[in-house]
Amino acid sequence: MNDMLLDVRDLRVSFGPGKDAVTGLTLRARRGETVALVGESGCGKTLSALALAGLQPREAAVSGSAELGGVQLLGRTERQLRRIRGNLVSMVFQDASTALNPLMTVGAQIEEVMAIHGTHDRRARRKRSVELLAAVGVPDAANRARSHPHQLSGGMRQRVMIAIALAGSPDLVIADEPTTALDVTVQAQVLALLRESTRDAAVLFITHDMGVVAEIADQVVVMYAGTVVESGPIAEVLERPHHPYTAALLASVPDPDVPQAGELPTIPGRVPPLGERDAGCPFRDRCPKSQDRCRERPPLGPVAGGESAVACWYPEHGEGSSRTVEEATR
Amino acid sequence: MRNHRTLVPAIVIALYVLVALCAPLIAPFDPNHADLAARLSGPFATTHGHFHLLGTDGLGRDVLSRIIYGSRVSLAVAAATVLVSGAFGVTLGVVAGWRRGWLAAVIMRLADIALSVPFFLLAILVVAVLGPSLVNVVICLSLVRWPRYTRIAYANVLETRERGFVRGAVAVGAPGRWIVLRHILPEVAPLAVVVGTLELGLMVVFEASLSFIGLGVQPPTASWGSMLSDGQQYVASAWWLATFPGLALFGLVLTVNLLGDAVRDRLDPRRRVPRRVRRRRPGLGEPAAEPITTALEADHA
Repeated sequence: MNDMLLDVRDLRVSFGPGKDAVTGLTLRARRGETVALVGESGCGKTLSALALAGLQPREAAVSGSAELGGVQLLGRTERQLRRIRGNLVSMVFQDASTALNPLMTVGAQIEEVMAIHGTHDRRARRKRSVELLAAVGVPDAANRARSHPHQLSGGMRQRVMIAIALAGSPDLVIADEPTTALDVTVQAQVLALLRESTRDAAVLFITHDMGVVAEIADQVVVMYAGTVVESGPIAEVLERPHHPYTAALLASVPDPDVPQAGELPTIPGRVPPLGERDAGCPFRDRCPKSQDRCRERPPLGPVAGGESAVACWYPEHGEGSSRTVEEATR
Repeated sequence: MRNHRTLVPAIVIALYVLVALCAPLIAPFDPNHADLAARLSGPFATTHGHFHLLGTDGLGRDVLSRIIYGSRVSLAVAAATVLVSGAFGVTLGVVAGWRRGWLAAVIMRLADIALSVPFFLLAILVVAVLGPSLVNVVICLSLVRWPRYTRIAYANVLETRERGFVRGAVAVGAPGRWIVLRHILPEVAPLAVVVGTLELGLMVVFEASLSFIGLGVQPPTASWGSMLSDGQQYVASAWWLATFPGLALFGLVLTVNLLGDAVRDRLDPRRRVPRRVRRRRPGLGEPAAEPITTALEADHA
């Protein structure tokens, strides 16, 4: 798998014994590919992303492997991380109104990334920052570069965030729910922009919105309670979800063509919180298909007749269910 | 015009500074020349052919000349103290807030200690060791006043470092020093400026109290503080002795505070009101004014 730009294997983040927040995240992405990391609040998706940039909380222990173009991202010193961040790995945060410095012009904030990573020529920085602003669709970029964040709309601010993320020409862009704070029309524009402007990078896109996933992702990784329950190409996961959790997630997206009578479908129960997770399948308390065997954790294995991988003893759409324990754990 | 809030106090302060610098050119008399025959003449008095605009003191010295010369001491001590204690205090506060841990604990406990030391006791100690001089007054005041800046800077850094743009700066690989200088200090600076202006007025008063107990400027040198304390024994009989230095002090402290507020607003682009919006403001206020007055009239009726 040498054509893989991003190769994350068995990423684990722990806050101490019994407090494993992420228990084995594996994902890969080619250059120009967008991987969506999906799951509800508290499933560990943001923490995983932060860990990739070395931004996890101090008390968290990270293990596993994450290679970006052959460069190991995990276990780096702060000094090494500073050279990686903004340069190899950059982030787009959810709320651009707080992630931008209100006291600095947006142009200065884009230039800052270049200044940190060794572009000492001020004129070159200025020129490139205006180019970047224009590239992310900010009209009248040369003048807009002199604006402060509060003078811009939410969509424009998020475009500026993307320009900042692109300023170091990174190989990996981590976008943590970048469109959640935007209204739908602006959201669609920003998603299109993000897709267009990251042709040379891998994108890890974190969201809980299946609609957004359908719009932007090439690959989908569904996380539940710190672990991957299903991963695969976008079309397969959306069309034929194998894990009951993925299926339930998709079922709870309202379909405008078929108006629901009464309440929208939801998944009953809650995510088992940190410290209450056991060795079994974490979804079994909420799963309609759970059986005795689910007290044992199902491994993430390939699905028969598809490209996806799923961690379930009784996957949906039949084909994978013929696997035996021996086959799956081998 | 939008600049008036900054411009007017700035001009007034510039005048104060100009008067202090050009004291020998402006002052009508030698501030230390005593004329006992003309003692305690009121304002606008002419004695021996000398016109004393603001009167004379108990030794017959011209009050106006002493105020003019006194401004040198008051301004210099206050400005130097604010600069020294402000720079020292803000630096320690920012370091404590950014590094946290044991270093912050040490710095903040030092601040507590400095705050708990009785000011006049420390002043007496400093003067006893180093002798009375204006430099020692500045040292003494700075030793006591830095924790104010430190505490405010510390609290503000703790808050600022959790804000999104600081996390953002970390996420693009900015080193700690860069973040502190580019993102944290600009947040702390306006606060420090406001504290500094409040302190500036207070320091004029503190210098006065040190001079009053004989630890600051030595007689016959004039400072507003020493003039105030000299004048207090004549408050009932010669009101002008304490009134005019007091007014000079009041005017300085007021304009400095006005300037401080205006500067804070200008430093913060979020508070900068775009011209167009501002011009519209009186128009928006007018319709609201009418119902309020009618409501008040209805109340009276």
